[in-house]
Amino acid sequence: MTTTAALLTDPAVPTAAPGPGRLRRMLRSRRLVTGLTVLVLFALAAIIGPFLVGDPNAVSTDLNQGPSAAHWLGTTQLGQDVLAQLVVSARGTLFIGVAAALVATVVSIVIGIGGGFLGGLADEALSLLSNVFLVIPGLPLVIVVSAYAHGGGMPATVLIIALTSWAASARVLRAQTLSLRSRDYVLAARVYGERRWRIVLVEILPNELAIIVSQFIFAVVFAILTQAGLAFLGLENPLDLTWGNMLYFAQNAEALSSGYWWWFVPPGVCIAAVGAALSLVNFGLDELLNPRLRVHHEPRQKKARLQKKGAGA
Amino acid sequence: MRYLLRKLGFYAIAAWLAVTLNFALPRLIPGDPVEIILSRMQQQGPVPAGEHDAVARMLGLGHGNILAQYWDYLTSVAQLHFGLSISYFPTPVTTVLRSCVLWTLLLVGLATLISVVLGIALGTLAGWKRGTWLDNLVPVTTFLTAIPYFWLALLLLYLLTQVTQVFPQSGGYSPDTFIGWNGAFIGSAVSHALLPAITIVLSSVGGWLLGMRNMMVSTLSEDYVTAAEAKGLRARTVMIGYAARNAVLPSVAGFAISLGFIVSGSLVMEIVFSYPGMGFTLLSAVGNNDYPLMQAVFLVITMAVLAANFIVDMLYGFVDPRTRQAR
Repeated sequence: MTTTAALLTDPAVPTAAPGPGRLRRMLRSRRLVTGLTVLVLFALAAIIGPFLVGDPNAVSTDLNQGPSAAHWLGTTQLGQDVLAQLVVSARGTLFIGVAAALVATVVSIVIGIGGGFLGGLADEALSLLSNVFLVIPGLPLVIVVSAYAHGGGMPATVLIIALTSWAASARVLRAQTLSLRSRDYVLAARVYGERRWRIVLVEILPNELAIIVSQFIFAVVFAILTQAGLAFLGLENPLDLTWGNMLYFAQNAEALSSGYWWWFVPPGVCIAAVGAALSLVNFGLDELLNPRLRVHHEPRQKKARLQKKGAGA
Repeated sequence: MRYLLRKLGFYAIAAWLAVTLNFALPRLIPGDPVEIILSRMQQQGPVPAGEHDAVARMLGLGHGNILAQYWDYLTSVAQLHFGLSISYFPTPVTTVLRSCVLWTLLLVGLATLISVVLGIALGTLAGWKRGTWLDNLVPVTTFLTAIPYFWLALLLLYLLTQVTQVFPQSGGYSPDTFIGWNGAFIGSAVSHALLPAITIVLSSVGGWLLGMRNMMVSTLSEDYVTAAEAKGLRARTVMIGYAARNAVLPSVAGFAISLGFIVSGSLVMEIVFSYPGMGFTLLSAVGNNDYPLMQAVFLVITMAVLAANFIVDMLYGFVDPRTRQAR
């Protein structure tokens, strides 16, 4: 679903001029601030958290304990501390999410902007490739691939997720590049005799930065969710500590039907919180950069719609 | 006509790529997969003569050089010779497939349809009345789409079948009914499908809603909407006939792309609810190293998604005439 939403957002996001008023506007966007706050909290937990909690794999005699003063979020079937696992897993999960999204974004930039800029046969071939990757269902492919290529650690997971998530953004970037390619300033740069890579890096790429950032954020959400799904299906290396693997072990121990909710609920809540925070940041940025989506909160304005139209005319 | 041919050509290439990928994958297994499969079959009963050849051909590992193997593989796929399943030995793979394909098609198809219609209707409203309380739908749906699907489903499964017994336990039907077109079976199948369908709708409606709302907001600032309002047309006519009709186009186009995600989601759903469909079969095939069944399920899922995409593309050509003219 993330991809659909990414595709449906208007690609022609005008970039506002930087200035001192921008930061103030940023801070006024409640969505942006909420999202960023949550993200910073999780990032801090992932970076310094593991030094503050005990060994997440340490086994103790407190089996299946509910939340208490000694174990804030209770213990697992083997007596491991759920909070310690949760904090250490934050690191693995966020790493996979960001790494997979980075790889996917780089691939989509190369294929999308490259194809759109080069045009001709190269463009036909590259857009065919991304369209094919779009329509072939990702998860069945991933399941079959990992069934054949048993095992593999975190790098394998990152690559598999990236492989299935670059296509949609490549398509959007290609469309945008096609429209930028024939703008006057790009033509001017060509007439000047600027090199191709310079035109792409200096004239085209910066103008697509807003889209690229938004798609990167969506890609992180997608990667975290896919990772959780893969882990849940038992297709991830069980030694990696991630929220998905925590859920996998909790489910295998039938944590929920035995009533050990403190083992099953927190990882899911964490995934949802990170995902929602990332989406909020994305919408906040979107509102900031795309005035059409901005909502007017003046209470006495009976028809916000009419007022906006007056401003737009 | 040209549009149709172009689309047809694209899907032919996509299908060919998927089939070829399926041909290449078994080469990744260490050892001789044909021998592995045959020895597993022999443990379960007598293997019919010629099965060695059939397995080898289906895995693309027959005799001769790689081109001849590839040709053998293509012909057996075209004739739907998928060989015998290992986990359901000696049932042919095609029979196993036939018994599970309808479950997935009905449940996932209906749930998706409900989710799309609901999402687009709510998105239209949220876009039309933006700046009102309906805007609160946006953060709520954002949160819903960020929840891992299986987590939500398992939680609901626990709350609604164990804590309060609103819905029947997992599975596709209750075991004391006979499979067939009789009232008791259909009733039990429907009641078992309700909870999975609800979880699918819950987790997917947000994306449609959000996309539709944003397009609606963009469309409402178009001149023809202003003109329609200036003419004094009723608000409903403007909302549905002028704004929503144009705003829905990207959602229709996006539908084709999101089909892959819907299928992926439904695989996980079937695992959670032990629902006897394609995804459940695929995962149990993977668990049992049932390579013939695994390959066949992958091919059927991919082909079904490609076919559905093709149909949506055709429909889109009718809905939006501009795409037909575009090169």
